[in-house]
Amino acid sequence: MSAARGSSSEERAYRDHEEPKNVEPEADSEHDATDSVIRLEGVGKTYGTVRALTGIDLSVQAGEVTCVLGDNGAGKSTLIKIMAGLHEHTSGTMLVSGKARKFGSPREAVEAGIATVYQDLALAPLMSVWRNFFLANEIRKGPLRLLDADRMKRITRDELAKMGIDLPDVDRPVGSLSGGQRQCVAIARAIYFGAKVLILDEPTAALGVKQSGVVLKYVARAAESGLGVVFITHNPHHAFLVGDHFVILKLGQMALDASRDEITVEQLTEQMAGGDELAELRHEMHEAD
Amino acid sequence: MSSATTTPDRRPDTTTDTRTAPRSPIAALLGKPEVGALIGAIAICVLFLSVAPAFRGLANVGTILYQSSAIGIMAVPVALLMIGGEFDLSAGVAVTSSALAASMLAWEFNFNVWVGILLALAISLAVGFANGWLLYRTRLPSFLVTLGTYFVLQGANLAVPRLIDDNVTSPKIDDMAGFDSAHAVFASSHTFFKSDSFEGITINISVLFWVLLTVVAAVVLTRTRAGNWIFAAGGDAEAARASGVPVVRTKIGLFLFVGFAAWLLGMHTLLNFATVQSNQGVGNEFIYIIAAVVGGCLLTGGFGSVIGASIGALIYGMTNLGITYAGWNVDWLKTFLGIMLVLATLINMWVRRQAERR
Ligand SMILES: Nc1ncnc2c1ncn2[C@@H]1O[C@H](COP(=O)(O)OP(=O)(O)OP(=O)(O)O)[C@@H](O)[C@H]1O
Ligand SMILES: [Mg+2]
Repeated sequence: MSAARGSSSEERAYRDHEEPKNVEPEADSEHDATDSVIRLEGVGKTYGTVRALTGIDLSVQAGEVTCVLGDNGAGKSTLIKIMAGLHEHTSGTMLVSGKARKFGSPREAVEAGIATVYQDLALAPLMSVWRNFFLANEIRKGPLRLLDADRMKRITRDELAKMGIDLPDVDRPVGSLSGGQRQCVAIARAIYFGAKVLILDEPTAALGVKQSGVVLKYVARAAESGLGVVFITHNPHHAFLVGDHFVILKLGQMALDASRDEITVEQLTEQMAGGDELAELRHEMHEAD
Repeated sequence: MSSATTTPDRRPDTTTDTRTAPRSPIAALLGKPEVGALIGAIAICVLFLSVAPAFRGLANVGTILYQSSAIGIMAVPVALLMIGGEFDLSAGVAVTSSALAASMLAWEFNFNVWVGILLALAISLAVGFANGWLLYRTRLPSFLVTLGTYFVLQGANLAVPRLIDDNVTSPKIDDMAGFDSAHAVFASSHTFFKSDSFEGITINISVLFWVLLTVVAAVVLTRTRAGNWIFAAGGDAEAARASGVPVVRTKIGLFLFVGFAAWLLGMHTLLNFATVQSNQGVGNEFIYIIAAVVGGCLLTGGFGSVIGASIGALIYGMTNLGITYAGWNVDWLKTFLGIMLVLATLINMWVRRQAERR
């Protein structure tokens, strides 16, 4: 399976230690609608007069990491906000588990098993870490359905510890954490609650090398456990470490849609840098070989 | 002078960091929003105990609690709303509107008083819902929306009694069917510890309402999912929505709770005196807000306490009567409240900074 995925196996360090289990046998042969957890067909989005996205065809497969790359303002965040229910698309269709959906609110997306780490939407700063962690997914107990604070605190502590964040006092307000720690709380939360799809919008932007490594490992592990992962990044090397499928957005349109075995990290970098023509030429030459 | 900084006797200050060692319990205590209000309440209690002999009379406990409950019943929902990130400037006149609606409807159509009471509940909830819904539809700040509601209600409070009865007070309803039972439910009082030598402490049922509202709201805020959503909606509405919190529903719920409490206090006022005046309640919205802020609620939302707001209401009750008992001019009450508001805000800010410094 990993052999079919491409040449640069040394870059797959994060994924090679285990074979995907929950993936359909045919998963990486050809993308068909049946095992797409999310599938976008000709999706577009306008903000008033700003045409942020046009004609996006994208399928997020279970057990795969789909990387979305592109310049600032290319429309990456807009794309994931549609999948996360924060914005409604203005054209095209979005299929979630095969059914056409238009999420009216993030709550509907959360209920459909889609968990998101946003680039610009932080946590509530004055609320404690554990309250933020379980926000909108609270554990309740007893006939009065009161919050099970002890259990939520314990889980929060454990999940953060797994990410290498040692935070004994989860009662602290999130506002007192460092930017990177906050980001880790948001990521840990999404990973813990993402049932079907995990969406991460530039999760490693604020993180140190160690935490970035942990996050990438988690991204890979989430895909291995059968989730569809959408990973947005500016860093083609990060993308190539974990990605199965790469999409480059340019001015709101798809400039590239390639699976891992169709592209190298150099090509990806070049594409992002804008050398489309050159890359295309090289791709042609590669094909001719 | 520079040699002074290197003298050995200065060294221990920097090496033994006394702030970090015993931090946790104290920081946790100071981190609670109601601590400032509690200290203030004790200080004011001590002040009036020393300057106002009548304040020491145990029998006056009932009166102080009664005064406090008249503010506290509204301060509790106003505090919740403030933690949820919104204001309600119509909260003061909404109480009077509810009382007027109940009495005018019952009197005009010769209903049983209870029918008027239930209709008033529907109207109060509708006003609360309208506030929340307008906020959501217009996306205007709640300060503006509820300022509008305030003037609409205040106008109606004056115009409707004038129209129906050409009067500025509602007709007395104490001889109408259902008044006695309604009075028992909303405005009865009981005397405790009465003996030959002691006149007893008279507690109005409104005090019970206040305590119940406080307890229920405090549990909801700190121990339920809804409470989590209130904190989140007030702290960062966009982040809360993105996390899956139904922010609009949460905020409309809070406005409905204000409406409910306005009805409760309105019914108490009406049944206590059998009549209400059109211009009652004007300005009270600020006292509710003061109680909430003194109690540790942040004006910007996302932080605060219901217990604190009730302590704020208690401070108001003690001050109101304390000034009278001390023989001072009651006209100074508002001045006193204004000073206290600013002081309390500063103290709360300072306390929070100490807690954050750990
Ligand atoms: N709420 C909004 N209202 C109007 N225009 C918007 C809004 N959000 C985004 N846009 C516009 O849509 C385009 C795409 O923005 P988007 O945030 O999706 O970019 P991005 O690819 O995530 O960029 P970055 O890498 O900087 O995060 C931009 O031109 C932006 O100005
Ligand atoms: Mg973005």
